[in-house]
Amino acid sequence: MRKRAIGAAALTIGFIASQALWADEIGDAERGKEIYAKCSGCHQVGKGAENGIGPHLNGIFGRKAASVADDYRYSKGLKRAGADGLEWHLDTLDAYIENPKALVSGTRMSFRGLKKPQDRADVLAYLRIYSDDPANIPEADPTAIAPEVELPPEILAMVGDPEYGEYLSSECKTCHQPDGNDDGIPSITNWPAEDFVVAMHAYKQKLRPHPVMQMMAGRLSDEEIAALAAYFEDIE
Amino acid sequence: MTLNRRAFIGTGVAAAAALSAPMVRGQGKPRVVVVGGGAGGATAARYIAKDSDGAIDVTLVEPTRAYYTCFFSNLYIGGFRDLSSIGHSYGTLASDFGVNVVHDWAVGIDRDAKTVTLAGGASLPYDRLILSPGIDFVEGAVPGWDVSQQNKMPHAYKAGSQTELLKAQIEAMPEGGLYAMVAPPNPYRCPPGPYERVSMVAHLLKEINPTAKILIADPKAKFSKMALFQEGWQAHYGGMIDWIGPDFGGGNVSVNPDEMTVDIDGAVEKVDVCNVIPAQKAGKICEMAGITEGNWAPVSGHTMQSRMDENIHVLGDATNQGDMPKSGYSANSQAKVAAMAVRGALTGSKVFPAKFSNTCWSLIDTDDGVKVGASYQATDEKIAKVDGFISQTGEDSALRKATYEESLGWYSGITEDMFGAS
Repeated sequence: MRKRAIGAAALTIGFIASQALWADEIGDAERGKEIYAKCSGCHQVGKGAENGIGPHLNGIFGRKAASVADDYRYSKGLKRAGADGLEWHLDTLDAYIENPKALVSGTRMSFRGLKKPQDRADVLAYLRIYSDDPANIPEADPTAIAPEVELPPEILAMVGDPEYGEYLSSECKTCHQPDGNDDGIPSITNWPAEDFVVAMHAYKQKLRPHPVMQMMAGRLSDEEIAALAAYFEDIE
Repeated sequence: MTLNRRAFIGTGVAAAAALSAPMVRGQGKPRVVVVGGGAGGATAARYIAKDSDGAIDVTLVEPTRAYYTCFFSNLYIGGFRDLSSIGHSYGTLASDFGVNVVHDWAVGIDRDAKTVTLAGGASLPYDRLILSPGIDFVEGAVPGWDVSQQNKMPHAYKAGSQTELLKAQIEAMPEGGLYAMVAPPNPYRCPPGPYERVSMVAHLLKEINPTAKILIADPKAKFSKMALFQEGWQAHYGGMIDWIGPDFGGGNVSVNPDEMTVDIDGAVEKVDVCNVIPAQKAGKICEMAGITEGNWAPVSGHTMQSRMDENIHVLGDATNQGDMPKSGYSANSQAKVAAMAVRGALTGSKVFPAKFSNTCWSLIDTDDGVKVGASYQATDEKIAKVDGFISQTGEDSALRKATYEESLGWYSGITEDMFGAS
């Protein structure tokens, strides 16, 4: 669910797509702090922030819309959006600050929006600092964007390479025991490669429901799934 | 160096790289010393030994012969596990994987000479050092408490005799007695741990002492899985648990172990059991090695190398790495990245991009399991969270039961992954 949302955000914030093998920061928080000057007339953030013309923005990531403290009077439109289930995450915040009225018709936030994706990304990177830290609250919103897995050619050449599969499999083995024990967690030892590939793609597309597996499969490229399948098929 | 299966299977490039691998110090095998035999250290030792097929000499330094996992130790308190079922030994790491297991304390590190000194006097040279010492407690964090009081007011945040003691104290509580927990400030080992602990204490008390009460003094306004725990406490243990957050003085606490009292914001409570979980810092050896900044050891997310010394990798709870919670699962995940990086540096084996993941399962009551998990990737700055999930409130009982059963499977999986045998 969250994964899909972030995928959408990555599309909107298209400039972020890169060949990097590691995750991308949401944006440049230092630059975002400067751009935030456009917001700070109404919204406070940081230590001791209080509601002003607009609500304070501490803890905005992961917050339900129109849910901050009792003393802030939201517009009817934003209250309705909150009641309908609107939550503030990277994708919804990005859409809102691009054009507030596109997301919430009756909002009182009279702001014409940040049109440049980079500006929005940088402001959101700055705001993310003042929401829950995932090291302490693991369920807190992500702080970076996973790139679509794009491996360099020398790794791509290893399609179905069991050695790469063996490395990747170390993550599977935290739960799936290589000896085939299947108490509580199913065995994947010696699965036919084809079944393995089909199952992993079904998780990747979220057709299969398990959240841990959706997360694990969701960040594997086709080549990586092939490598894992090759490894687990012949594991001794 | 002998050509092994691995080198033959790899691409031509990899085989060539393996042949031209730098032989450290030009003589003998490269040496890796691992300090700490928990989820980080045991996993790293096993993976380096296993995947280098004998090309690297691996020594694991761990003081205890019987290691009790902190994860699932709450389930022992709740009566869901025997203590022996969370105890593990290092025999298989030595016999099947060729790890030199040394039961001793590491008491000093000479980073220039690249040696580790043991309490027994021995000095172990290393080419790469892996520190996975877990946590120690910040002195003076809870006024009135220090480690010398741990038998009166146990922390039970390092598993084993402390866990046993805490359970015995709870079982000995008078009818209608009071169990108090002083919860730690962020960051600390196992974010949902104190709250799973409370759930398990409540489960035990509900069976043996149903009029007993539980009091939690907490410096944090918000904790992991808060909505899930609060829902579960209401459903299973209604009226038994009283959580006092910082708005009501939960962060202003001192204790008196001789009087068995807890002072919460000026209100003194007489208690029967007091479980003090103090503020935490990296295991002492990190400080001795001079690789800490504040309470923790900063590391690069790409390789788990210390930011202060590239010959040292640090794993698990002791690190400051970014977004990963301090958990056994995280340490195990980080260990595999470090193992790969160490092998790459010492034998020229292939190094793939770092990936990390974590899941924390918690048991609230019989067959009522919940979980939170995330995947992480390295940026130049830190290990960053990129995706995640959490159990939802109001889930049906079949899903909660399946989640609990999954946690049992994970326990078998991770302990086998650490020790080579479950």
